[in-house]
Amino acid sequence: MFKTLLARARQGYRTVAYAGQDAGLPALFRGRPVLDPDKCVTGCTECVDVCPTDALRVTESGLELDIGRCIFCGYCIAACPEGAIAFSRDWRLAASKREGLVATADRPLQIDALSGELRRLLGRSLRLRQVSAGGCNGCEVEVNALGNVVFDSSRFGIDFVASPRHADGVLVTGPVTANMKEALLITYQAIAEPKLVIAAGACAISGGLYRDHQEVSNGVEGLLPVDLYVPGCPPHPFTILDGIMRLLGRL
Amino acid sequence: MHFARTHNAVPVRADAVPHVDIEIFRRVVLQAIDAGGRLLLLTGLSQKEGETRLLAAIADDAHGEIALSSTIVGGAYPALTPNCPAAHHFEREIHEQWGVDPRGHPWLKPVRFPPTGPVIGKADFFKVAGAEIHEVAVGPVHAGIIEPGHFRFNCHGERVIHLEISLGYQHRGIERALQGGPHRGALHLAETIAGDTTVGHATAYCQIVEGLSGTASSPRARALRALALELERIANHIGDLGALAGDVGFLPAAAYCGRLRGDALNMTALLCGSRLGRGWVRPGGIALEPAAETLRQLKRRMDDAERDMRNAVDLLWKSSSVRARFENTGVLTRQAATDLGAVGPAARASGIDRDARRDFPTPLYSERVPSVAVGDAGDVFARAQQRWREIENSIAFVGQVLDEPAGGDARSSVERLAPNAVIPSIVEGWRGEIVHLAVTDQAGRFARYKIVDPSFRNWYALAIAMRGQAIMDFPLCNKSFNLSYCGHDL
Repeated sequence: MFKTLLARARQGYRTVAYAGQDAGLPALFRGRPVLDPDKCVTGCTECVDVCPTDALRVTESGLELDIGRCIFCGYCIAACPEGAIAFSRDWRLAASKREGLVATADRPLQIDALSGELRRLLGRSLRLRQVSAGGCNGCEVEVNALGNVVFDSSRFGIDFVASPRHADGVLVTGPVTANMKEALLITYQAIAEPKLVIAAGACAISGGLYRDHQEVSNGVEGLLPVDLYVPGCPPHPFTILDGIMRLLGRL
Repeated sequence: MHFARTHNAVPVRADAVPHVDIEIFRRVVLQAIDAGGRLLLLTGLSQKEGETRLLAAIADDAHGEIALSSTIVGGAYPALTPNCPAAHHFEREIHEQWGVDPRGHPWLKPVRFPPTGPVIGKADFFKVAGAEIHEVAVGPVHAGIIEPGHFRFNCHGERVIHLEISLGYQHRGIERALQGGPHRGALHLAETIAGDTTVGHATAYCQIVEGLSGTASSPRARALRALALELERIANHIGDLGALAGDVGFLPAAAYCGRLRGDALNMTALLCGSRLGRGWVRPGGIALEPAAETLRQLKRRMDDAERDMRNAVDLLWKSSSVRARFENTGVLTRQAATDLGAVGPAARASGIDRDARRDFPTPLYSERVPSVAVGDAGDVFARAQQRWREIENSIAFVGQVLDEPAGGDARSSVERLAPNAVIPSIVEGWRGEIVHLAVTDQAGRFARYKIVDPSFRNWYALAIAMRGQAIMDFPLCNKSFNLSYCGHDL
């Protein structure tokens, strides 16, 4: 008992304050992309050609990067001869609409908070059921980290629960394998109305690296009505936390 | 000769791998295993006009050699499993992937239920008959934030008579997607075979590409890759020690270790921006040369983390309530571990002295080899202690690398891959031995890419360790192995 108390003193207080400001991420962290259309050369497709998930597209209005597909590998940065693509350290990436994830030079990413009525219903508590549907345990590890003493999502009333019956929504990871589709849909059905759906990670949003494999469904799109998209491969715990907090109108 | 011999990450010409009759194949493979060899993998390579080519790789741990032999079979062949239990999962896989019947195999249930086969979940399960026998079915959706799988317990009261683990829910078609590679997504597919083993699987993939192209990465690149692999080991081991503490309700250690796991992940992020090490390991070396200040900061952070880890884990060993739950729980005997071909810390905790970092050294570890810890008792306590001893050894290794990270370029250029070649690649990931094997076609593209995650071998070991246990101890036993669902399902 005495040793346990001593250890408690030694381990200290580790929870990181979070109010949507600088989260102290490493210098090399790849967050929100920054595109510079002035540098982009007409006819050049170097970045498009190296992208493993076809996240980049050249349109008439310029270069588009779909961070719902992006795995943040950074190949495009190296491939662009003009330096038109960069990734900032901004971890705030989530959006409430799928098209909100398509970054162009002049469109910022955005989140619409839930309606006032739904927020009143939830009060200061959000209980989520997590379903991994082909996730590689990358997203799962980072969602799990929300529960540790550093990110401590429970201080904001955000918790993950064991039963869909206790949940206000489901957070899905993975490209939704054919073998998990039924289990995911049953889990969703078991949650009482009204309910939220959060798609976390490139796989759940678009199929990611596994897009168009015969074994997967290209994410939850078309299967469940998504309220929040959290991009990344995997998303940083702060990216997930930030998205959920904004969805709840808490930031 | 019935075998072509090679070493880790060294290619052999495809036509140098002998084709032998199935009778001879069976005999020489079983003889090699009787003589102390170990079945590294057994898999189908190609299929033509109703004939399937099977390849066996036998590991000679004492000499760091890998022996390859192949055979051609028709619709059926006499299974190796009755004589070599370690072949059981490989032969189930062959049955599922190639439609070949290994005759005499006791349990040819589908392994992953691919879209072309029967619907997942609608299958036979092991049944135990008798008065007062009951079944408990769990999953595929589990109670925590973990991957899906189905567990079926046949119990008598609280006692588990048999546990059947039925997987495949995470099957995403990775091996098929790698055929025709290397392509722009190949490395990333390797990184997501098991996301918590990003560095391990990416390294196994890169060793294949480098071996086939004759690329020599610099000593510095190799050292910094090994550094990330050891950080991955430390992060997962300390995280699991915390999870084990949580499973017996000892929350102080659970909380501290959870935080410390994040500290180790953040050290990896300091190197490459990603907590899981995404993008750090690249064919030819590493993503970029880290700044000198980064390495100094890593050293400081590791020193701090080591002190806190020692303090947190010490609580586990000194708490009788923890020891009471850990000791004599979920014993995997040395014999069972050997028979099943178990690998990694789970095998070492049962007294098997085997570690690919030492036994199959690649240039990754040729200059420095981390010490290998070996346990004895094979229970949850032994597996927990094994994790801690491996953390200690990895921290010592990381310290050496940070003190003297060797010289050379971050990345060497990679030339064309050798055509018509076979290459095995072994990496000791945190869960154990990761095996990749590639066969190239005449254009130097992957005609076949085989992946064996350590979980593929160890899931059955977990099932065996659960026999006779109280069902309430399952989470504890499960966590002490902490196997990968997606690594198994591919």
